[in-house]
Amino acid sequence: MQIESKEEFRPKIVAFCCNWCSYAGADLAGSSRLAYPADIKIIRVPCSCRVNPLFILRAFEKGADGVIMCGCHPGDCHYTTGNFYARRRMTLLFSMLDYLGVENGRTRVEWVSAAEGAKFSATMNEFAEKIQSLGRNVRLEDIRCRKE
Amino acid sequence: MFKIKKSDLPALFQEIGRKNELYLPVKEAGQVNFGVWEENAQVDLDTLKSVKSPKDIFFPQCENLYSCKRDGKKLTVEPEALKSQPFVVFGMRGCDVKGLTVLDQVFLSDPVDTFYQARRNMGTIVALACHRPDESCFCKVFGNDAAQPEADVAAWLTEEALYWQPLTEKGTDLTGQVQALLKEADAGDEAAVEQEKAVIRAIVEKLPYSSLSLEGWNGEAEQKRFDSQLWEELYKPCLACGTCTFVCPTCQCYDIKDYTAGNEVRRYRCWDSCMYSDFTMMAAANNRTSQMQRFRQRFMHKLVYFPANNNGMYSCVGCGRCVEKCPASLNIVKVIKRFAAEDAKEKSEKVGGGENE
Amino acid sequence: MQERMTGMVRQETESKLIARAKELLADQTVARVLGWKSGDMDYNPEPGYFNSAQELESQFVYNGFCGANLSKYMIEASKMEGRTLVFLKPCDTYSFNQLIKEHRVDREKAYIIGVGCKGKLSAEKIRQQGITGIETVSGAGMDDGCDELKITTIYGEEASCSYASAMLERCHVCKGKEHVIFDEEIGESRDTVDAERFAEVERIEAMTPEERFAFFQKELSKCIRCNACRNVCPACNCRKCVFDQDKFDTSQKANANSFEEKMFHIIRAFHVAGRCTDCGECSRVCPQGIPLHLFNRKFIKDINEFYGEFQAGADCETRGPLTDYTFGDVEPGIVAERSQSCSK
Repeated sequence: MQIESKEEFRPKIVAFCCNWCSYAGADLAGSSRLAYPADIKIIRVPCSCRVNPLFILRAFEKGADGVIMCGCHPGDCHYTTGNFYARRRMTLLFSMLDYLGVENGRTRVEWVSAAEGAKFSATMNEFAEKIQSLGRNVRLEDIRCRKE
Repeated sequence: MFKIKKSDLPALFQEIGRKNELYLPVKEAGQVNFGVWEENAQVDLDTLKSVKSPKDIFFPQCENLYSCKRDGKKLTVEPEALKSQPFVVFGMRGCDVKGLTVLDQVFLSDPVDTFYQARRNMGTIVALACHRPDESCFCKVFGNDAAQPEADVAAWLTEEALYWQPLTEKGTDLTGQVQALLKEADAGDEAAVEQEKAVIRAIVEKLPYSSLSLEGWNGEAEQKRFDSQLWEELYKPCLACGTCTFVCPTCQCYDIKDYTAGNEVRRYRCWDSCMYSDFTMMAAANNRTSQMQRFRQRFMHKLVYFPANNNGMYSCVGCGRCVEKCPASLNIVKVIKRFAAEDAKEKSEKVGGGENE
Repeated sequence: MQERMTGMVRQETESKLIARAKELLADQTVARVLGWKSGDMDYNPEPGYFNSAQELESQFVYNGFCGANLSKYMIEASKMEGRTLVFLKPCDTYSFNQLIKEHRVDREKAYIIGVGCKGKLSAEKIRQQGITGIETVSGAGMDDGCDELKITTIYGEEASCSYASAMLERCHVCKGKEHVIFDEEIGESRDTVDAERFAEVERIEAMTPEERFAFFQKELSKCIRCNACRNVCPACNCRKCVFDQDKFDTSQKANANSFEEKMFHIIRAFHVAGRCTDCGECSRVCPQGIPLHLFNRKFIKDINEFYGEFQAGADCETRGPLTDYTFGDVEPGIVAERSQSCSK
């Protein structure tokens, strides 16, 4: 039993978090002792708007099974409008990935404020579960990075 | 010579494919390219030219050279295995086979490229005569005979049958493998092949580009060609894409890079194109900074530098792919014609000048 | 570039274009002319500059095979001394407008003659109908009926096909006969629309994810990374393309595997999303016949649905959809929701 559970699929998830809201939200989740899966690797970005569509694809390339982007709530952007642009970009990118037949559950955007530690934790748990159920990313992976 | 009925070709492929990896022209998503034979592959022998030349069977567009792995403090370097299984390429055209002899000059001369060499040694080529050469073909200009391909096995495909003539030891071996399916050709078949050859040669004679002259394209003309003002005019429509170089059967430039895949680094090489801005980029900078220079490089290499270093062998075989595929309708034929016109003008001016004196 | 065959009679529209270009050169309104030069075959004219009346007379051509969109060449021409006379077809003018909006061309440096268009042809489309060894093609002139093409082959055969069957994909879903920017107009255009612009995108959207994946995998695996689609694109006008930078560990000039194929094509289309006028040059030039417009058109369709109808290049002031926003824009979650409602 023990050995089997070790070999079980553990997803790799990349979370792009904006410095001002979501990263602080993650901090709050931590200091409030709210758990979220260790499979989530956070990358701090100055603003959700910093996330270039290539970042998302590169994350998948290097072995991510899911990518989530978190930013300030619309209207609350530290730079006033950054997340508005990010929202449009991600909508179009996700739609394109879906069009190419990549499972649409693998990508997600969530707005998490600095005060929403609980939301951060809940979102990450939910997303990790979703990716767990989708299994390994094979449609958008670079086989060179596969670790056998 | 042997023959096999056209309807028996699938059986032939199956037989070859049983013992060897078999590459042949396959239609996939509307385009014909060389691919690995499978039971349900859509083999297409009627299309004259594959979009991409079959050179990538011997010199792949992208291949690993070696990998460096780290395991704790231990570092291992693992060279990529050389091709060790025999394989067969069926349906190459004479020009493409000739393209390989150009690549041989580069990769088999010292220092030998072992990856390429291994593939050359393992590969047996069955070349098809061109049933119907196209208007973009000009292999005759480079001394190729579309009716008589020179490979391990030469083959002719007519409406009814495929005629099969082994030309080398490898070709004879392959013939042995599929002997059961082949029938000895009789005098009538020999005549049919001769007839096919005559028809092909008659078409080649009529091709619009067959009369192209390569006069003035040799090592001696290097400086004159290089300095010509015509390049400034000729390159203008060029988009700087790599279509011509990537469909070409003789382009051989490549780039080497490292790919980081977690705890492993793979050194790989991939085709490069002299049309690209980072071509032959060095630490200091790039020695060709304008598209005119890059454009000139491509044709100077094919028609001047290469023959100067390889006993007069041009590194163009006249397959005509670039003629068909260039997005701006530029190509080597237009370059040759434009220079020929300029040379003629120069000559007539000289003669005219002489008369005046 | 090649001298025209003697004995060929110029058609009226072509003569008009040449006459007007000569006038503008002569009175020094323009310093040069950007148009199409006749090739050495009937079907391969190339874009080119003309500096004299004599060059125009001997080399200028305008017929059904002049598909190349000359807008992009105007980026370079804008850097040259003096004005350039450029011939733009109706769809090319959208690209030109977009380039003005992005400050990549100088309106003052261009004198635009909007030329008529009866649909543009591709030799490849003729070959696909089994007509090979094309020696001559007639019926592609601007003053021809443009209903049928007559072809003679080097094998001594005669063949014909309908004009529409040899037309580029983009012409079947033409944006219209209007030039959106021009100094003067010459020549007549014709309606060529016989297909629904988004029909193909919709067909793919209706497939299951597995089918879509297989479809694109098959198409994209043909890609040889020649970058022709990028280089020909008037919207792809970055001074240095992200795919030309040497910091990547992927090669940028070869697809090591299917991931790189997808990465390149997603990003290529994404970078022109909201700026792509759907001029169709990418699909025209692809040596492997990949339907690249399916990517661009998907973005256009999504933009239309999410942010309201938008046609890039229709004018040169409106903000592009990706450089604009509203507070109530749809959330990215719409993608998953939409596909769920589809499958129900």
